[in-house]
Amino acid sequence: MAMLIVARLAIREAARRRLLLALAVLSVLVVGLTAWGFARLPDITNNGERLSAVEVQTSASQLLILVMFMFAGVIALSAIFVAAPAIAGEVESGIALAMLSRPLRRRDVVLGKWLGCAALLIGYTAAVCALEFWVAGRATGYYPPRPLLAVAYLAGEGLVLLTVALALSTRLAGMTGGIVSTVLFFVAWMTGVIGGIGIALGNPGVAHVGTISRLILPSDGLWRGAIYALEPAALLMEARALPRLAGDPFLVDASPSVAYPLWAACWVLGVLGVAIYSFGRREL
Amino acid sequence: MAEAAAIRTRDLAKQYGGVTALAGLTMTVPRGEVFGFLGPNGAGKTTSVKLLLGLARPSGGEGQVLGAPLGDRRSRRRIGYLPELFRYQEWLSAREVLALHAALLDLPRGERGAAIGEALTLVGLAQRANDRVGTFSKGMQQRLGLGVALLGRPELVLLDEPTSALDPVGRHDVREIIRHLRARGVAVFLNSHLLGEVEQVCDRVAIVDHGRVVATGSLDELLGGTREVRLRVTGLDAAAWASLGGFGELAHEDPWLVVRGLAPGRVPELVDALVALGGRVYAVEPRHQSLEERFLQLLGEG
Repeated sequence: MAMLIVARLAIREAARRRLLLALAVLSVLVVGLTAWGFARLPDITNNGERLSAVEVQTSASQLLILVMFMFAGVIALSAIFVAAPAIAGEVESGIALAMLSRPLRRRDVVLGKWLGCAALLIGYTAAVCALEFWVAGRATGYYPPRPLLAVAYLAGEGLVLLTVALALSTRLAGMTGGIVSTVLFFVAWMTGVIGGIGIALGNPGVAHVGTISRLILPSDGLWRGAIYALEPAALLMEARALPRLAGDPFLVDASPSVAYPLWAACWVLGVLGVAIYSFGRREL
Repeated sequence: MAEAAAIRTRDLAKQYGGVTALAGLTMTVPRGEVFGFLGPNGAGKTTSVKLLLGLARPSGGEGQVLGAPLGDRRSRRRIGYLPELFRYQEWLSAREVLALHAALLDLPRGERGAAIGEALTLVGLAQRANDRVGTFSKGMQQRLGLGVALLGRPELVLLDEPTSALDPVGRHDVREIIRHLRARGVAVFLNSHLLGEVEQVCDRVAIVDHGRVVATGSLDELLGGTREVRLRVTGLDAAAWASLGGFGELAHEDPWLVVRGLAPGRVPELVDALVALGGRVYAVEPRHQSLEERFLQLLGEG
């Protein structure tokens, strides 16, 4: 099947270009660094006294969310950097001319690229989450309450950005599509924070900014789902009790609605459809 | 039913915005023929090839390749293509690039190894089969491109400037490959501005300029009517020279007398006339107009 040939090629390219090796080495280094940080938590003193077990667990949960925020950024930006030149680069270099003169549908190219990049992204997300959760748990005894859900939301955020960058890659140069996708990613995150501030201040107009941006580009909404999956019950209850904490970008008071991941999935499929249409109409 | 032509187009046109890249291409390339497609840069040659392969959509006109409409996916299984500006995945080896294209062609798995080996040998890359494409010179990449185009025994091969990066040995090899393809009954559409190459291997040519075909036919048809004869003659006075005007346009290029536009059959008659006028004839050199001269003449630059 032509789509699978293209998908395998995308994975092989990531391996041959040492992307996987670079990500693996850097991630292990970062996880090692955070392991040292987690291991130091039980030794921290407050007014000469060590933190209680509950305080260690709470601190560990917040530190884990912060670390996963960093990894969410790595996943998102990696998805963008891999997808933005995926089609544009091959059109520019002439690789696409040789490939598409074969009995290969253009949709197979788009879907194959997406599938290959998505497999890499999901694999990396699962591996780095497993490693980080294990390290945090070994060092502090704290494990996130919904680890699989966290992986799903983090991967979902990456897939959203992967799809945007790939769609832009059908028309824009890799560099341009990459920058546009990165800006969209940060704007979506920032408008999510602004929406949280609107909730904290009881201003529905500002609060709607966050809601609308999460519908237009679901990356921030899915990140918030990941925060929910990483939050222990105590933090969740605190967030519910104190609405002013809604302005905290690393805290949520509820899980996204069931409809939201479905919306995100439909959004990805829709943008993928646009990418297929766009590349199908492109003159080479 | 007769087998469809390898390529048939009628009034094929392509506009990019307000720019006319191709202004009505009508041509037929029979099976088993080596067809040269000549023109200066920007004449519409590469655009024509992209339209034939369905890589770009025509703005007007129609065409068929191997009996199927332009861009037909199934017929692409029987077409080989070497793009003008191309690169293959530099992180793959030559063998892996060919294996990728064998898979895209959906060649039976059991035949892929032999097909890849045959292509590598044909283009002289068997010794470098496992080297990464990124380490190849431009000429070697062009050889690889040719190997990719020949994979799977296509019925039609479209070569867009196939020798532009090759040394004289490489160019000779490509000519031999083209002749080999013709012997196998494969139609070759050779897009080039290297007129010497075209002259040596093509059965017929079309000359395009500003998106239009300005001349088409066999080389004999294109060059046959424009012959000249160069003669070394002594012993003729001015009156004798003047009396030769009926044979064609005369010019003196010391020590040669050049007669242009002389029908080939009249050369003996000319020699008889020169002798009858008292001239001593030392050499007679009938000379074809070269394709380059004809090309420049048609483009209004010769």
